[in-house]
Order: sequence, then C-alpha cells, then structure tokens
Amino acid sequence: MSYNCVVLVKQVPDTKRITGDVMNDDGTVKRSALPAIFNPEDLNALELALQIKECYGGHITVITMGLPAASAILRDSLYRGADDAVLVTDPRCAASDTLATSYILSCAVRKLDYDIVLCGRQAIDGDTAQVGPQTAEKLDVKQITYVEELEQLDDKEITVRRNIGNGWQQVRAELPVLLTVTGGANEPRVAAAKKMMKYKKAMTPFEIEQKIKTENPDANQADIKELIEHKSKEIEQAGLLIKQWNLDYLDADLSWCGQSGSPSKVHRIQSVVLAAKESKEVEPNQKGVADMIHELIEDKTIA
Amino acid sequence: MGNFYRDNSDIQFLFRHIDLKALAELSEEGFKFAGEFDSAPAGADEAIQNYEMVLDSLGQLSAEFIAPRAEDVDRQGNTLNEDGSVTRPKGTAEAIEKLGQAEVMGFTLPHRFGGLNFPNLVYSIAIEIVSRADAALMNIFGLQGIAETINAFADEEIKQQYLPDFSAGKVTGAMVLTEPDAGSDLQAIKVSGHDQEKEQPARVYQDAEGNWFVRGVKRFITNGCGEILLVLARSEPDISDGRGLSLYLVERGPWVKVRRLEDKLGIHGSPTCELFFNDAPAKLIGERQRGLITYVMSLMNGARIGIAGQSLGIAEAAFRVARDYASTRRQFGVTIEKLPAVRDMLIDMKIAVEAGRALLYETSRVVDSELGILRRLDSNPPEDKEQAKQLKNDSRKYKRLAAMLTPMSKYYCSEMCNMVAYDAIQVLGGSGYMRDYACERYARDARITTIYEGTSQLQVVAAVRGVCSGTAEKYLTELAGQDYDENVKDLLEILAEGTEKMKEAITFIKDNGNEYMDLYGRPLVDIAIDLINGYLFCSQASTKVDMQVPIAENGQADAAKTISVRQRKAQIARRFITKNAPKIAALAELIRTGDKSTFNEYEALVGPVPEVG
Repeated sequence: MSYNCVVLVKQVPDTKRITGDVMNDDGTVKRSALPAIFNPEDLNALELALQIKECYGGHITVITMGLPAASAILRDSLYRGADDAVLVTDPRCAASDTLATSYILSCAVRKLDYDIVLCGRQAIDGDTAQVGPQTAEKLDVKQITYVEELEQLDDKEITVRRNIGNGWQQVRAELPVLLTVTGGANEPRVAAAKKMMKYKKAMTPFEIEQKIKTENPDANQADIKELIEHKSKEIEQAGLLIKQWNLDYLDADLSWCGQSGSPSKVHRIQSVVLAAKESKEVEPNQKGVADMIHELIEDKTIA
Repeated sequence: MGNFYRDNSDIQFLFRHIDLKALAELSEEGFKFAGEFDSAPAGADEAIQNYEMVLDSLGQLSAEFIAPRAEDVDRQGNTLNEDGSVTRPKGTAEAIEKLGQAEVMGFTLPHRFGGLNFPNLVYSIAIEIVSRADAALMNIFGLQGIAETINAFADEEIKQQYLPDFSAGKVTGAMVLTEPDAGSDLQAIKVSGHDQEKEQPARVYQDAEGNWFVRGVKRFITNGCGEILLVLARSEPDISDGRGLSLYLVERGPWVKVRRLEDKLGIHGSPTCELFFNDAPAKLIGERQRGLITYVMSLMNGARIGIAGQSLGIAEAAFRVARDYASTRRQFGVTIEKLPAVRDMLIDMKIAVEAGRALLYETSRVVDSELGILRRLDSNPPEDKEQAKQLKNDSRKYKRLAAMLTPMSKYYCSEMCNMVAYDAIQVLGGSGYMRDYACERYARDARITTIYEGTSQLQVVAAVRGVCSGTAEKYLTELAGQDYDENVKDLLEILAEGTEKMKEAITFIKDNGNEYMDLYGRPLVDIAIDLINGYLFCSQASTKVDMQVPIAENGQADAAKTISVRQRKAQIARRFITKNAPKIAALAELIRTGDKSTFNEYEALVGPVPEVG
C-alpha cells in the first residue's frame, strides 16, 4: 500500500537573525533585510513525508503559496526527494491572513490525489499555527496537530504520537488526514547531491519568462513568446518544470482570497525593546532558590 | 545554522583559487555525459556550481548532524556481538544513513554507477569537512577508494554488481591487507596466521570449478565489519614477494567472522576488526599477481590522501577550540591570547593548518591531472601526434609529482595535526586535559594518522626518492617561474636560497649512499615541503581571486572586519617563509654533518634491551 503525500511549505524571513538593524520604527520587520529560508518545521513535515515514501512508496507533492521567489524552497524540496512541486502565486493572494491562505491552499490540495497532508506546526514569522488546522477544516478531513512520531500506518488508518506539552498522546485517525509536525519529530535530511545537480535547473513558468526576457533584451514580443514556449517544452520534457497555479486555475472564490477574504485585524503593534534593568541577587540556599522559582511562576516565565 | 564549508574562508578561497575548470573538464571528459545523465554538468561553470552545492550541503550535515554526535560516538564505541557481527555507535549508524541520503558515498565514481564523478580535490575537501565533525566517521566516508579500486581494476560484471550499492550508501567497504606478521611490510602477506580450526596454514585456493576461496586471519582491519571486503592474499604460494599476491572481493556473510574488536586510543567510532575468513567465496579483482604491486599501491595512494584530509579536519577542529578558548580565558588580568607564548602558538597552529591545506589540495590537483590525462589518452586520444605526445609527457610528469607529493601530504598533514592537537590542549591547560573539552578527543584521534596507511617514516622513504631524483627541484623551478605579486618578490629570493641549500644537501646525501639517504630522509623531506609550501603561499598571496576574509578584531569572534585575501595571505607567506629560512639552513647543516653514529654506534648509544615496565 502506498500513500500520496502533499506537503504544505512556506518561505519565511530568518527571524533568528533579527537584530535592531532590521526592525522598522513601528515594530514590524523589514522582510527584505532578512534572508528568506525554508520554514524549519515545514522541513520536518517534508522529512516525515519522505520517510513515509521510503517505507511504503507513494508520491510527494510540495505546495507553497507565495511570491515567485518562493520557488527557491520548492527546488530545495526537490533536492531532498520530493517528486513534484507547485507554486501557488497570484497578485490577488496578497494580504491574505491565515483564513484566506488556508482556503487557497485547500483549493490547491483538492486538485491532487492525496492520502496525507503534512504541514509544519507553525511558521517562524507569524507563529500562529493556524494554517494547518484551518486547511484541514476547509478540506473536511481529520487533523492531528503537534505530531512528533508516526507509529503506524495501514491501509485506512494512521496512528501517531502527538505532543501535548507535558506529555504525549497516541491518536488514531482514518485517512485522509492532515498532520502538523513539530520540530522534535525528526532531523531533516540535507539536500541530496545528484538531485541538486539535476533540479538546480528546475524552473517555474515565471522564471522561464524572466530568463528569456533577460537573455533577449532586444527581441520582439512574438519572438519572446516563441522562445518561452520552446524553453518551457524543453524544461518540461527534462522533468524540471515547477508547476505554477493561479487563483483561476484553482477555481477559487475570490471573495475568500487576499484582503477581502482576510478578517484578521491588527489591533496594535508594540515595539518591545529589551534593555538591561537592575539586577537582583538570589541567596545561594534552598530558600533563595524556592523564592526565585515562586517568582518566576508568578510572572508566568515558567509554567 | 552551522556549516563547516561556509564558515571556513580558507577552503572557500582555495576552491576559487585553484583551477577547478581544468579539473572539471578532465573528469567530465569534455562534458560528454551531459545528455546521458541528468545530474551530469554541461560545462565547467555548471560543474563547479555542482561541487560547491554539494560541499555546502555536506558542510551543513557535518556541522549540524555529525559534529553534535561525535562525543557520544567516542564514548560508546563499537560493540562486538556474540554472533560475530558489530553494532556501531548510534551516532555513526545515523550519520551513515544521512550520508547515504545526501548521495555523497560515490563521490568520485562515474555517473553510470550512480556516482558524482567529482575530482579527487573536491573529495579531499569533503573529507576534511567530515573529519572536522567526527574524525572516526572519515574511516567510513573516506573509504570510497575501495569502490574506486573496483572501478579502476575489476571486471565490468563486478563493477555493475557492486558499485551502484556503494554510490547509494547501501554498503561500506574495507581494505583487508594487514596480518599479524605483515603490517608495513605487505610483501610478507600469507593470508595467514594460524588457522585454529583446521590447524593448518591459512590460504587462498581454487576449487575444481575454478572458484576462489579465502581461509585465514586478517588483523587491524578498519571497518572490517563492512559489507564489501577487498582482501589481499597470496595466490601464488611459490612466489614469496609482492608478485605472489592477488586482490579478491569477499562479501560479508556467515563465512566472515569478526573475532575481535581492538580497544584503541582514539577513533572509537571506527571499528578495527580481527577477521577470520572461513572458506569465504572470493572474486578475483583484475589479474592475478597484480594485487599488491598495482592495485593496492593505487588504493594506498588514494588512502594516503584521505588520511591527509582526515588530519586536516582534526587540526582545524582543534585549532578552533584553542582559538576560542584563548579569546575568553582570562589570567593575569588579560585574555591569555594577549600573552606572547600563547598567541605565538595560535598563529603557528593556524599557519600550519593552512600550509597543510595548501599542500593537500595541490597534491589532489596533481593527482586529478594525472588521472584525467590518462583517462583522456585511454578513451579519446588526440589524433594529432604532437598533442598526444605532449599529453603523454604531461601524464608522466604528473605521475612523478603525485608519487612525491602524496606521501609528503600524508606525512606533513598527519604530523601537523598531532602538533596542533597537542598545542590545543596546551592552550587550554588543565581544562584541555579533561574530557569536558573536545581537545583531548582530537589529540587521541590525531595519533593514528601518522601510523596507518603507512607510517611517517615510510612516507619519508617514499617521498625522499622524489626529492633526490630531481622531481622536487624541477617542481620548485616550475613554481619559482610562475607570476607573483611584487610584494612577495623578496620572499621568493629567500625560497631560492633555501632551494640552493636543499640541492647542496641532496648532493651530500647522494655522495654518502642509500643508507644515508634513508637516515637523513626526514630533514631533507622537511626542507622540500617547507619550500613547496612557501611557494604555494606566495601563489595564494598573488591570487586573482577578489575575496574579503574576516580577521579578528580585539580577539573576538567578530566577522565584521575583513581584509583582502591577498593581503592576508601575503602576511601568512611572510611569516611562514621568514621563520622557516633559519630552520631550513639548520636542517641542511644537520644533513651535512655526516654523522653516522646511528649505524656505527647503535649498541653503545641505545644500551641493552631493558626489562619492560
């Protein structure tokens, strides 16, 4: 029995590298100043899909919604062993919140034959952890969040262990199912040498167009079109085409997408600047330690 | 995210400085594979892009996955099970799986067997990177020469049967040479020892159908628990020297038993096995009688370059710990790197690492040139006779040079890494002696590098022939004739003076015979290596590569301040050459003392054999 997996991934700014230099005065982040990376827990989701494929066989499609530049993480997915990659990109996706994003992603997933949808638990830019669960709702499939181990997979059912903060829970669900995967689930493999050597040339239609236009600055419209068609065919025949879908292709209801499909309102942005304050001495004895722990619990530093 | 390729500006510089395009052209045989294999590059730029992508990926794996497991691997070691199988440390088993997934276990194998078909130079870089993370793992990752030997010498059928599994990381190999009575002296191989079960000498033999079998004991076999064993055995009982030995492939099976695992000083992650072959079915590799003299010699050369890479990785790791510690440890009111004795040690360690790297990468480049030209002459000889003749001359030149530089690299890098690991502990003082820091592991792991795949003494014997036969002089003349920057011109004069001293020493040695050459081989080879490294540094200081490299600011790990690599390498060259000049003079003088007490007065000087303990 083989299983088809769809992995939802996101390109995010590397928030670990946030310093004062990349903050706007209003407390938001200058995204362009940070390197764009593969959202770390999405790599764990991809790794789990790859392990399922290695064990049982099947097909892995990776989907991302984003700007054309997000194709970088799709290539990265192919380097690691994904079979297929889809870029969902459309100017009308702009300003989508988690609700609109999950709607659009669910439309894309519906285009595919799938048994298991996998996502990272959350993305390091928004930290909402909402897109996975909302996508499951839109697809009307079961969801298991915070997955840290796949225990069993047979024909119609999946059994996983999920992290519940202070312990774990074993959950069994019927397929199809959507899993959100935690960083502790596995250690993602690195890009594989031969796949990199092959797929570094993988391109989206957008990238093909850009490349042709840059290489032929003086060509007329008709020639450009012909060159693009020729190149696209060549890329596709070599198995190097990254699919590119827009909202029309997805038959998406536009009122659910972008700004109009995004009810989230930003209430306030607070720019928190941490500064050193006065220090406090803890007596090196039982009482000192007990008082400190009590204080940390009081101010909810520790649970 | 850690990355042992990206965080090493010297490797990245050399990757750009060395003419990789020429090597790519040679190993891809004019890029003829591009249509046939979708991972094969269509041009030199693409090939180099491939090399860098793979090193980058391996650098990440080494830093983030392999290095964090190295300490546990060292503590756990391998376990011998009752059934004669070996359980690897958890971290090693996991790392092997990841290396297989990364598709890097067929680094130099041809595309058609699932390999990457990369030059040896890139493989040397990879070995350094992996060894920095875990030196013991190199003895698995760095044993790809076994597959390479099968590729070079075995029949097509054997190649097709085994090589794809090597590339896929499904199998690992071992070179099964050493016996209880045949270590450095491989000509003494019997396959061998005492056959306890049958109470008869061990042997390799053929049955009536002509199938080969091996029976006997092999000892000190690195990764002897691997799946594919290349066994050197005496197929011609009547020929007692190296010409009586053939090479066989034996698959792991119930007929191979690991009888014992050695309890070693270092590289605990690498199982060192005593093997018993119980009438194990064997396949002949290539032709009979060429086992040692052709196949194992070739395998050994690759392995020596591998050990040099391993040494470099250990030295790099040890230096980093020492450098880091010295910048934070405060004594006498200052960080200890402010103390002249400590900072001097750190500089010497760093320059030694860069010198070893320069020498090893140059050696790898020469080996690639030799092999590449041979492949070209074999598969696609030029029609133009003059051109063909030129290529043949080139291949002979590179062969001679490789035969000298390979043992030099192995000798220099392995001795250097012991020095660096020793000094790293010294910089950390008492803390360095404790198991809390990795230095003590580096020092233990380093210790084997001057011993296995030929001791330092044997490397000197191999290299000194090249130094005395004119190969070194020719090479130094060639190096001296390259284009250099104005600001290293005075250094070239110092090197030229050193070369003269070397020539005088060679003349003196030749006048005193072969025995004297072996006695003073080491100082002579030291002189030659220092001169070669001097030129390589001058060449680096004259590089066309426009690159900025980080330098220390106030001793902190602050990458904000950079200088051009040319400027930095000029400073390195200046210190290296200036400080080595008096050393070279002293070594030359030592050689010319003519002291032969080693031969004549051994008994008096060394005294009688004492009670041990």
